[in-house]
Amino acid sequence: MRTSPAVVDGLASPAPAPPPRTRSEARAAFEDSASVGLGFVPLGIAFGVLVTHSGVGWWWAGLSSALIYGGSFEFLLIGMVTAAAPLVSVAVSAFLVNLRHVFYALSFPLDRVEGRLGKTYSTFALCDEAYALTAGQQARSWSSRRILWLQLFMHLYWAGGATAGALLGSLVPDSVTGLDFALTALFTVLALDAVRDRRGDLPTPLLALVSALAARLLFPGQLLPVAFALFTAGLLARHLPTRRKQSHA
Amino acid sequence: MPDTTYLVAAVLISAAVTWTLRALPFAALAPLRASGTVQYLSTRMPAGIMVILVVYCLRDLPLTHARVAAPLAALTVTVGLHLWRRNALLSILGGTAVHVALASTVFAH
Repeated sequence: MRTSPAVVDGLASPAPAPPPRTRSEARAAFEDSASVGLGFVPLGIAFGVLVTHSGVGWWWAGLSSALIYGGSFEFLLIGMVTAAAPLVSVAVSAFLVNLRHVFYALSFPLDRVEGRLGKTYSTFALCDEAYALTAGQQARSWSSRRILWLQLFMHLYWAGGATAGALLGSLVPDSVTGLDFALTALFTVLALDAVRDRRGDLPTPLLALVSALAARLLFPGQLLPVAFALFTAGLLARHLPTRRKQSHA
Repeated sequence: MPDTTYLVAAVLISAAVTWTLRALPFAALAPLRASGTVQYLSTRMPAGIMVILVVYCLRDLPLTHARVAAPLAALTVTVGLHLWRRNALLSILGGTAVHVALASTVFAH
């Protein structure tokens, strides 16, 4: 990912009317978002093609990608709606798969996004990649506008790719199957990156793997909730003894 | 093919749940930002959750059939490419291409 020069001069001078920086801020955000776009557009197209091949109308790919805007869950949702899963199951699955977003509130720079509308959109479009790009060191100096532009670009990549894929989906013959592996590959890549970021902390992915395999064997119908619960309980069990030791020291 | 009302309702419910999970914690977790336990969980959960989601995607591997080779080969290519080039797009597209090629031809059913 490229880092761009900091835009801090506008913050330092107490100018009553800030200069119209929209264009350059949008341009900087566009450059920052390019790497994500290279992933979002093809994945969005794969999602759209899968929607059409599942027998759901192309408009649904556009609606889902614009309103839910959570790629991993949207791939899962295709299978659920084609199986006519109860809406309660849909809500529970959305909750479980997207629960990880709860932790983004701990360090996403929402305090730097201005205005009620801006904050509203910023939380709405807070996908994994938006968090990953804005929570790092290089984003410390980014303005409200630049963060919002960045989020808007990513939103457009995903929704645009999905809609295009769904419209083009009928051109891809039905005998072409297996596109759904894009989701498995996405999670695999995110897992490898996350494990690499926590270099030396192998117990965490191992604990997750054991939790998932145990859930798969014992409660195959409820793999996700059981695995998440086992994993969280395991993490807490690892953490609490060290905490007690620290408080005694 | 499910009816339109159901399809729209599924999207609206999912969108409401997702947005709530993204927005609400800013109010609810603000006092917890300093909590050691929350910090501990927040740094370790992403890696674990991704691993669990990978297992979830592979939960129905046909272990006793020859066509299990398609996802396993695709997974190997994805991991291999990613360890080699560290390019997320390349790894995803490469693995998916292998899976589509194998599942649509050799292991088509």
